Amino acid sequence: MMADSGPKEVAVIGNTELTSAELDNNIKNTMVEIEKGTSLLRKLEISVAEAEKRTGKNTVNMQEIYTVYLIETRPVDALTEGITPDSLWRRYSEFELLRNYLLVTYPFVVVAPLPEKRAEIVWHKLSADNMDPDFVERRRVGLENFLHRVASHPVLCNDNIFNIFLTEDKDWKEMVYETGFQAKADSRLKAVNAAFRVKNPDGRFTELKHYSDELQTVLSQLLRVRARVADRLYGVYKVHGNYGRVFSEWSAIEKEMGDGLQSAGHHMDAYAASVDDILEEEEHYADQLKEYLFYTDALRAVCRKHELTQFELEMVALDLACKKQQKEELVTGTVRTFSLKGMTSKLFGQETAEQREAKLQVLEQQLKEGEEAVKEKNTESDEFVKTAWVDIERFKDQKDRDLKEALISYAVMQISMCKKGIQVWTNAKECFNKM
Amino acid sequence: MSRTIDAVVSPTQTNTIPADISGQMLDLDEDDDLEVFSKDLTLADGNMFNASMPTSPGSMVNQCKFEEDEESDSKDIFITVDNPESHVTAIETFITYRVLTKTTRSEFDNSEYEVRRRYQDFLWLKGKLEDAHSTLIVHPLPEKFVVKGMVERFNGDFIETRRKALHKFLNRIADHPILSCSEDFKVFLSAQAWELTTYKKQGPGFLSRMGETVRAVANSVRGVKNRPEEFTAIQEYVEDFSNKIGSLDKVTQRIVKEQKEYLEELKEYGPTYTLWSGSEEELAEQLKGVAGCIERCCKETEEQVGHLSDTLVPVLHEYVLCAETLKAVLRRRDNIQAEFEAKNEALATKKVDRDAESSDLGFVWGSLLGKNPEEARHQRQERLDGEIEELKEEIDKLEDRVEWANNALKGDWGRWQRSMRGDLKSAFLSTAEKNVDYYEKCSGVRFLSLPPIVLP
Repeated sequence: MMADSGPKEVAVIGNTELTSAELDNNIKNTMVEIEKGTSLLRKLEISVAEAEKRTGKNTVNMQEIYTVYLIETRPVDALTEGITPDSLWRRYSEFELLRNYLLVTYPFVVVAPLPEKRAEIVWHKLSADNMDPDFVERRRVGLENFLHRVASHPVLCNDNIFNIFLTEDKDWKEMVYETGFQAKADSRLKAVNAAFRVKNPDGRFTELKHYSDELQTVLSQLLRVRARVADRLYGVYKVHGNYGRVFSEWSAIEKEMGDGLQSAGHHMDAYAASVDDILEEEEHYADQLKEYLFYTDALRAVCRKHELTQFELEMVALDLACKKQQKEELVTGTVRTFSLKGMTSKLFGQETAEQREAKLQVLEQQLKEGEEAVKEKNTESDEFVKTAWVDIERFKDQKDRDLKEALISYAVMQISMCKKGIQVWTNAKECFNKM
Repeated sequence: MSRTIDAVVSPTQTNTIPADISGQMLDLDEDDDLEVFSKDLTLADGNMFNASMPTSPGSMVNQCKFEEDEESDSKDIFITVDNPESHVTAIETFITYRVLTKTTRSEFDNSEYEVRRRYQDFLWLKGKLEDAHSTLIVHPLPEKFVVKGMVERFNGDFIETRRKALHKFLNRIADHPILSCSEDFKVFLSAQAWELTTYKKQGPGFLSRMGETVRAVANSVRGVKNRPEEFTAIQEYVEDFSNKIGSLDKVTQRIVKEQKEYLEELKEYGPTYTLWSGSEEELAEQLKGVAGCIERCCKETEEQVGHLSDTLVPVLHEYVLCAETLKAVLRRRDNIQAEFEAKNEALATKKVDRDAESSDLGFVWGSLLGKNPEEARHQRQERLDGEIEELKEEIDKLEDRVEWANNALKGDWGRWQRSMRGDLKSAFLSTAEKNVDYYEKCSGVRFLSLPPIVLP
């Protein structure tokens, strides 16, 4: 339900008698899927079906244990029943490689993030161990989601490297390196430098950068507090389990109250146990928020690329203006600005006419090249702004849709939790009545 | 506590121990006399003597009967404890509570009484009742101090909790067929402060009470030999019950703690959604809605925790104290029986002594003293017969005492069990109801937060 979701129209409400299950059902049933159009997902069913542990030697020739994920693909046409899907195994680092390739090759695209490498914002019950089966399972879901995001992207889905990633494991890595994408990557230093010195970035990108910073801060905080709340809720529920134990022991010494106490105790045990499922479901909500937390990195990457292109344009334009000025000075013979040349010529006499002519020739050539460069950079920059902004709008719509839905299902989850609570305590009440 | 700083008080109060120190040496707390003076200064309302209301005719019969009146419409005495007030003197600060009694019972001169009592007065009453009826089950008083958590003695919650417990204490006594007839109880409800002080000074002297305590200790050391099976069963039950109720008390307090910590985190959670809504356009409304939801749930949670603290925690705590009371009652019963058994043993020994042929030693001594051996033996036998008769009388009395104690306890035991069941059932019921209510409110709040959605 995360990737490739269209505008959701849910038919419900007004009727407060609906159970949460019915509510859920309604949301699913009336989902209108987006026109898949040119996206790959229309043609191909992609899933990350399993995870397995492998052992092998790493780059420094030491034994290591790592997890691999099974990618299955199957054409979406009618008669897919019974056809075994194509499949291959990939590890997390290969996903990372794929993503880096996409980032460099399509710098104007807000590329979907990968799930966490290591479990970071967790509440205490979930271990931060990468080998923990729950963590591995959530990562599997995250990786599947990543592939769906890429496959449903109008531009990325057509990328050759991506398609081969899904279908052929032989020599894929070599192919990626052969594209030479690593050379095309902008150095971090260059980007930072540009960010500081750029004079006229497009205002929308500046705004977007601020937004992504804000979103990152607020989502980090929200996720941290949510984890703490979950922790506390776990405590409350689990302590009730003690009621179960004590009621049971107490019922053994009571005659009239025994039955009531015994059954009440069972309900207390059920109550304590119910929190595990509740919090697992909430983890899913947290994952949805986390995806958008990580998306902020991709947003910032696009902004940085813009700043870089704009900066380079400004540099080239500056250079051209400089050259133009030099030519003017040469032609008119006036030295408007202080220069060593000017000084030496004053001291040691003017240049000869031939020397001047030669210099002019060089400058003319440089000017022509400069103008070409500016034109090129201008086009490049405009292209970038245009394509990037299209993708940013696409991203914004996707984000609004996804988060709206996430918030709704979060509310539904909470309602379901309350309903469970009502049921348990109503049952307990019955038992107490019998005491 | 300094008894010497009594400049204000009567001149008889000096450093030396007065002749009659009953009721004072055993007070561990504040000075009674001091209390009198300060009370008189601060006492607002006087006794509300309703002289115009004639005392009821004999239809209100003396309540000293064993059967209970469970029907509330036959309840003829209503007591409330309220209106705590702080009194500050040069030496100390203490709280008094207003005790309001409305009754149609004939042993009361009036139908309404309003007095002010402090905690140690309640302590005194409890002590007197337990002394007079050592095998009846007297409902426990709230504890003197709460060590855990360093609760301030004059903290509002503490006072309120105590007030409720004191209210329950008096009403339980009023409901008890035997205890409510106690003269001490009547005086407690009706006497003015100085009257009460005077009354308190009566009663068995210090030395006789010490004697009783020594006897009790001796008996408990000796132990009871032939405890009836039913009391052993009760004792085993009380042991188990004490454990269980203690556990429940701890568990419930832990739940309160966890719930409060949950509430703290929840209070920080809502605002993050509000913060987020500031950065968004499309999502702003929805996010603010979520924040509002969480805030509402916070309020409900706070209420729920409050209810738990007000309803379940005090009741469980009360029954923890009850368990201790029960153990003490069983011990006292055992002691009474032990005393009886000891006397019986003494009697048997004496009888053996008497019937035995004069021991050689006795004969030797007798002859040394120039006594006729026949005479000596006769004298000895007479003496022993006398002692035996005395012992038999004592034993008869003790036997009655044992029987009375056992019956009292048996009767009260059934009563206590019924109250216990009623109290605990209603406390747990109330908690369950509140929890259902809490979840219903929270789910309603969340439901309303779902955005209004239009059918396609």
